[in-house]
Amino acid sequence: MNKTGKKIFINGNEAIAEAAIIAGCRFYAGYPITPQNQIPEYMSWRMPEAGGVFIQAESELAAINMVFGASLTGTRAMTSSSSPGISLKQEGISYMAGCELPGVIVNMQRGGPGLGNIQGSQADYFQATKGGGHGDYRMPVLAPSTIPEAIEHVMTAFDLADMYRTPVMLLSDGILGQMMEAVEFPVYKSKKKLPEKDWILDGAKNRKPRSVFSLMMQNPTILEKHNYKLAEKYKKMETEVIHETYLAEDAEILVCAYGIMGRICRGAIDMARKEGVKAGLFRPVTVWPFASEVVSKLGKKAKKVLVVELNLGQMVEDIRLAVEDNKKISFFGKPGGAVATKEEIFAKIKELIK
Amino acid sequence: MKAVYTKPISLTETANSYCPGCGHGLVHRLVAEVIDELGVRERTIGIAPVGCAVFAYDYFNFDVTEAPHGRPPAVATAIKRCLPDRIVFTYQGDGDLASIGTNEIIHAANRGENITVIFINNAVYGMTGGQMAPTTLEGMKTTTTTKGRDVKVAGHPLRVSELLSSIEGAVYIERVTVIDPANVIKAKKAIKKAFQNQIDKKGFSFVEVLSPCPINWGLKPLDALKFIKEKMMEYFKLGVIKDSTNSKESK
Repeated sequence: MNKTGKKIFINGNEAIAEAAIIAGCRFYAGYPITPQNQIPEYMSWRMPEAGGVFIQAESELAAINMVFGASLTGTRAMTSSSSPGISLKQEGISYMAGCELPGVIVNMQRGGPGLGNIQGSQADYFQATKGGGHGDYRMPVLAPSTIPEAIEHVMTAFDLADMYRTPVMLLSDGILGQMMEAVEFPVYKSKKKLPEKDWILDGAKNRKPRSVFSLMMQNPTILEKHNYKLAEKYKKMETEVIHETYLAEDAEILVCAYGIMGRICRGAIDMARKEGVKAGLFRPVTVWPFASEVVSKLGKKAKKVLVVELNLGQMVEDIRLAVEDNKKISFFGKPGGAVATKEEIFAKIKELIK
Repeated sequence: MKAVYTKPISLTETANSYCPGCGHGLVHRLVAEVIDELGVRERTIGIAPVGCAVFAYDYFNFDVTEAPHGRPPAVATAIKRCLPDRIVFTYQGDGDLASIGTNEIIHAANRGENITVIFINNAVYGMTGGQMAPTTLEGMKTTTTTKGRDVKVAGHPLRVSELLSSIEGAVYIERVTVIDPANVIKAKKAIKKAFQNQIDKKGFSFVEVLSPCPINWGLKPLDALKFIKEKMMEYFKLGVIKDSTNSKESK
């Protein structure tokens, strides 16, 4: 049943699945892993209802390679998983980048390394934004902080994927996946003028045969040329920065956080402002491309910069690169699956202004 | 005058990069002839493996994609599900299909995907320079079994066709070879049936081809053919391993 335009109470995982359907996703392959199981479960009945294909794959590898195959036919395709499963998908993501195939990968992050736990986490920031798979590639990564924003950016992800012929990741976490919010599904309309898919493989009828490949062994200049072509594309992709600031213009303490922590930090900033502390928030929505210029400007104006993440400190490196003043940058992290509360963050802010 | 032997339309003009005496060129030609004869070239999508046949997209004159090592059955599954009226086949070697891709081939068969699989068994990793494959015979010398495959350490050669034959979803499995004209004719017949099954929506069809790799076996081309006949065919028996084509309803 089409949920567009109706206000419903729904959890993050199911909302992401429904948003994908609304955005025209007609192929989904996935493998069970907590805390994202509601995505394949929802897709298993909803996708056929929408006239698409659902496959419960035999492995994460098979799932991402099925997305590779579906994408080849011009079908909007998605897979989802959580951290350990996303590690397994890196092979396919690298091939999709090399073969220039669009597709959406959802990571509802859980604790790591290894099996970690099934609590929400932000420990896959490096993996998502700095490569993950082998080879010299870039991939847009969107990190929503609320369920309505997740819905919006699943749609953004499909558009970016088709616009640039690239895999795109929705980097969320188990908290957002499991929590419920009242949302209204928007009508999907692409914000971009998307290029025609004149590269798909659907049989060479009335045209020359096409091939899709990433192997360029004949001589080194061919791969070099291909990689320079990709680099040009990455440069264009870098313009697709999305970020949000909150009371950041006059902030003396600039708090930087993304995803679920971005939302919680807002609460801490409200507490600080009530006590007359000029705190503000910088929240990247795309964690690649990264709004370096914005944070650079805000960070240089602020007296202190506090980076808050559910890990041991990963985005903090991008903040350091942008702000270029290590002395004023502090980090507060929770690497075990517990969520930092607004009270804890507020206490940290107060510590910094002492 | 009537031409009795021409290049199939489904092959390009590109000269292939296969070694002297290699079986790949022959099998490519058989696949191309069958696709021509069935009149499906314009709706065929092939999936090339990682290995010697990785460049198949240069040699086949229809749509072809690369796939990560061992994953062609997963890629083929998605293509066929999205475009059910296209003819989708994978062309895979023994490293690709029988080692790194065992999971994908077993589950594609088990789902009964309506695809065709051409499996080249030459008992060795060819492109990487002749390491032991799962199909390497006992005692056979390779660059990673310099004293010959010791089954106590490396296990016995894997009979993939027999393994797949226990799977309900696989409807047709045949093992053939290309060592002489009579066998080439049989191989073509099997490949044609495996494609015809797909056209008829019969389900998962699989042809294993015992194929020579003289360079990596360290044998002259003729001796390589003799090796298949005397050694490989002893262990990997030719023939129809499973055929439930006629008992299967179209799906």
